[in-house]
Amino acid sequence: MQSTENQGKLWEVFIQAKPGQPFKHAGSIHAYDKEMAIENARDVYTRRNEGIALWVVPSDAIVAVTASEASSFFTPAHDKVYRHPTFYDLPDGVKQM
Amino acid sequence: MKKAAIDEAQLLKEFEEKIEAEVKIEPRDWMPDAYREHLIRQISQHAHSEVIGMQPEGNWITRAPSLRAKKILLAKIQDEGGHGLYLYSAAETLGVSRDQFLQWLHEGKAKYSSVFNYPTLNWADIGAIGWLVDGAAITNQVSLQRTSYGPYSRAMIRICKEESFHQRQGYEIMWKMMEGTKDQQRMAQDAIDRWWWPALMMFGPHDTDSPHTSNAMKWKIKRESNDRLREKFINKTVPQAELIGLKVPDDQLKVVGKDQMGEPMYAHGDIDWDEFWRVVKGDGPCNKQRLDHHINAHENGKWVRECAYAYQIKTNNQ
Ligand SMILES: [Fe+2]
Ligand SMILES: [Fe+2]
Repeated sequence: MQSTENQGKLWEVFIQAKPGQPFKHAGSIHAYDKEMAIENARDVYTRRNEGIALWVVPSDAIVAVTASEASSFFTPAHDKVYRHPTFYDLPDGVKQM
Repeated sequence: MKKAAIDEAQLLKEFEEKIEAEVKIEPRDWMPDAYREHLIRQISQHAHSEVIGMQPEGNWITRAPSLRAKKILLAKIQDEGGHGLYLYSAAETLGVSRDQFLQWLHEGKAKYSSVFNYPTLNWADIGAIGWLVDGAAITNQVSLQRTSYGPYSRAMIRICKEESFHQRQGYEIMWKMMEGTKDQQRMAQDAIDRWWWPALMMFGPHDTDSPHTSNAMKWKIKRESNDRLREKFINKTVPQAELIGLKVPDDQLKVVGKDQMGEPMYAHGDIDWDEFWRVVKGDGPCNKQRLDHHINAHENGKWVRECAYAYQIKTNNQ
């Protein structure tokens, strides 16, 4: 049976450590379905209260920029220095802004 | 030069600049074939060691001397299973499947740490393993947190956080036995006598005889040499042994100086490399038992994988 291979498909695991914090990628696991994925993620990545919330996402559902495209892909951000506060001059005497 | 060759040279130059600048290499980045192959071998060997290493300790779960000891041992062994999974995941990012890694292990093409081919004869061995074997593993793994491959480095950081309890629980077992009856003291001494040298061998051959070290150091897969790591381990561990009244089974062991912190540094006696290579090549006391057990567990779990897959199809719960 083809799909019993590799102990199920690959899932990426994200953990929120504390309320208010962003979810952070922790690693990946194998599982056959959602339920098994979230339980495996709990057993493998949160044995010491590492998190209060957990996401699992099928790895093949993640869209990513390849390394070779990355430099051209992110170019539009490079030449817009006026998006940063340090671009602007301020008159002497301004204490805080 | 052909265009492909020029591109390759350019890519290698960029790769080596990143290594030089301590920028981690990620799965989608270009990397030399030899770098990828070295990582596939090293990370999978590391993963197999975590998993096979569950067997000698698992031998004592049902005979742990107290409920406290049993709970600790179970938690420790579960961690090792988790370490194996972190590392298989890291290794898979290099383009090799989970099943392929297991197949190479079962065919004897992939190795695991030879130390797990020694038997655990009594409870003191559980102390000696946590203290010495995990202690040696930690020395290596702390250094590997700075490895150049991102997924491997992240797995090492996670593992190191979990390891320190492993070593402490082992040392606590040895200490309690040394505080106990004459028989318990003899058992503890017997355990260090049998585990000391296999623990030193975990760091691998001397630097001068280590076939894979030079590229691995150049590309920062390894950050410190086998001999350097072995010395660090000895310097840390000998005082711990002496503190609880254990004798390190090395007649040639002697203090040769002090480090910056004023702690003693030691020179050690000769390691029996014939024994090392004999066990690596398959002729240790438990090689066959360890591998057979892993193969059986995998085959006996086949129906579980089939059921899980059938359930996934039936419920369309993907
Ligand atoms: Fe471990
Ligand atoms: Fe451990």
